[in-house]
Amino acid sequence: MAGVTLDTVRKVYAGNVEAVKGVSLGIEDGSFCVLVGPSGCGKSTLLRMIAGLETISGGAIKIGDRVVNEVEPADRDIAMVFQNYALYPHMSVYDNMAYGLKNRGTPKDEIEKRVKEAARILAIEPFLDRKPRALSGGQRQRVAMGRAIVRKPQVFLFDEPLSNLDAKLRVQMRVEIKRLQRALGVTSVYVTHDQVEAMTLSDKLVVMSGGQIEQVGTPADVYRRPETRFVATFIGSPPMNILPGKVEGPGRVSVGGQMVNVTDMREGLAPGSAIEVGLRPEDVQAGTTGNSTLTMDVDFVEELGATQLFHGKVAGAEFVVQASTGQLAADTRSLTLAVDPQNVHLFDPQTTKRLGRQI
Amino acid sequence: MEKRALFSNKLLPYMLLVPQLIITLVFFYWPASQALWQSFLLEDAFGLSSEFVGFENYRTLFQQPEYYRAMVTTAIFSSAVAVLALSCALLLATQADKKLKAAQAFKTFLIWPYAVAPAIAGVLWIFMFHPTLGTLARPIKATGVDWNPMLNANHAMLLLILSATWKQISYNFLFFLAGLQAIPKSVIEAAAIDGSGPIRRFWTIVFPLLSPTTFFLIVVNIVYVFFDTFGIIDAVTGGGPAGRTTTLVYKVYADGRLGGDLGGSAAQSVILMVIVIALTAVQFKFVERRVQY
Ligand SMILES: Nc1ncnc2c1ncn2[C@@H]1O[C@H](COP(=O)(O)OP(=O)(O)OP(=O)(O)O)[C@@H](O)[C@H]1O
Ligand SMILES: [Mg+2]
Repeated sequence: MAGVTLDTVRKVYAGNVEAVKGVSLGIEDGSFCVLVGPSGCGKSTLLRMIAGLETISGGAIKIGDRVVNEVEPADRDIAMVFQNYALYPHMSVYDNMAYGLKNRGTPKDEIEKRVKEAARILAIEPFLDRKPRALSGGQRQRVAMGRAIVRKPQVFLFDEPLSNLDAKLRVQMRVEIKRLQRALGVTSVYVTHDQVEAMTLSDKLVVMSGGQIEQVGTPADVYRRPETRFVATFIGSPPMNILPGKVEGPGRVSVGGQMVNVTDMREGLAPGSAIEVGLRPEDVQAGTTGNSTLTMDVDFVEELGATQLFHGKVAGAEFVVQASTGQLAADTRSLTLAVDPQNVHLFDPQTTKRLGRQI
Repeated sequence: MEKRALFSNKLLPYMLLVPQLIITLVFFYWPASQALWQSFLLEDAFGLSSEFVGFENYRTLFQQPEYYRAMVTTAIFSSAVAVLALSCALLLATQADKKLKAAQAFKTFLIWPYAVAPAIAGVLWIFMFHPTLGTLARPIKATGVDWNPMLNANHAMLLLILSATWKQISYNFLFFLAGLQAIPKSVIEAAAIDGSGPIRRFWTIVFPLLSPTTFFLIVVNIVYVFFDTFGIIDAVTGGGPAGRTTTLVYKVYADGRLGGDLGGSAAQSVILMVIVIALTAVQFKFVERRVQY
């Protein structure tokens, strides 16, 4: 097994499109790393550089201790699962999985053993003789997984492998991928733009935007302590509310004249300067417990089943509150919200960086 | 799923088919039936009278050694041209499919020969390879080969094969290129990751995925060599020397038009028609069985 190390990796496409702008990242051996970000942020490009399918314009990529910049994809000891599965249409499921082993001169009985084993794990034994076109999307997805695991590579690479499945199957496969990765202990890099997938799968979450890394951390870290406003609004659903505010003093800001206490606030901010105040919809409660409150004008309510989303305005800015169904009357027009100082995130309006305590 | 246009008007679809059907009737079925009828008739040397002779024309035909020789010539000619034209076109298409800077110019350049009429192509090749006038004949002679397609049947055949191939490559190239471009890039990438080098990848992934195109082209190429090379043969060798480059199609023309044997010529056309229909049927049968994935 091996980890993956990226050192200021850059990718410049023809026409001077800089898709990846100097990314450095260490992925520990055996861990599950998810790259998440909006469309076009360079996730696929980065993954394809690790796979060897794109040349590296600058920096170095290491798999284990070996720099692989000039190494052919076949010799990197990686396996990749593609978004469209990329199964070989003219080969049976068995041959699809056996192909990589045959190319490497694995003995026939060993191939058979490994393919059967993978087919058993993935529950695709009944389809081994079929061609891919005779399989459902979910079954094809499993074959693609099977093709990756029979090779017992150092690293698995996934490029949005679940995005062609329906919502229910996606959740089911997500759990299976996680379980499989745990069981096999193979270092995995997984690209997605779905933040729920990213949160649930990752040991290490990498949020990207515009060809750069915004933040790296455990999913819990990234959720609790987003380093930039971009991360704050990208991770979490519904996204974090951002309100315009003003610095009042150490540990105190105001929003539309209403005082809010903050636990995690940088020292030495000039009183009176503008600041952005972030609050997650699920972190604010209706009520007056604690010493900070905000008032909200409710416009409408969205029903999500277990929870309700109250949409409205706080201090003139859009605001969403999530509450358990039945907790608040659906015809509520105005709310008083209690704000726990622990749950307030502050950002610099200019740099959009977090203004938390320096650690 | 694809949507199909549904006609509420029952007559309209037939109306739309009528022009196509008329063209097929007038230009294929009518002459074909004429040929069939003609092949049972014997006409006198002046074309003044004809009498029904049944299978007599066919019987005479199968007693001619020249007819069997034309068959062999056709077999050699068509297989050589089909194999050469297909393999060269495939090679060129795989090169053009790579991300070459000059790919566009390369494509345009390759397509030109297709726009040249067969007879003109033949004249071009004769200009280059004529034993005394040809620009390329001199360098060939300089190497010590006694180049003379006018007298040497092998040279004549070689020249025919080259010119017929040259003309057919463009067509095959276009289809192969389209076929190559229809193969998803990720499938090739998956094979690369699976440890398959470029050559192995070509034979285990690309070539099998191209097989529908290849089979289609084999049919088209054989029909091409059987019929469309007439102009080239007429311009380059005129069937000679001593009838050694006379293919079945050229013999139809030579016997009917030049020899005045309309009945025999018609009988040959009928046989040719049957051969091509059979060939096509066999190939499509084969295609259906083989080319499934
Ligand atoms: N072959 C290419 N030539 C030029 N630019 C490219 C090429 N491939 C990708 N790009 C550009 O690089 C940027 C990153 O592309 P990439 O495919 O990595 O995005 P992504 O994060 O995977 O997005 P998505 O979620 O939509 O798949 C995009 O702006 C894209 O337009
Ligand atoms: Mg992508």
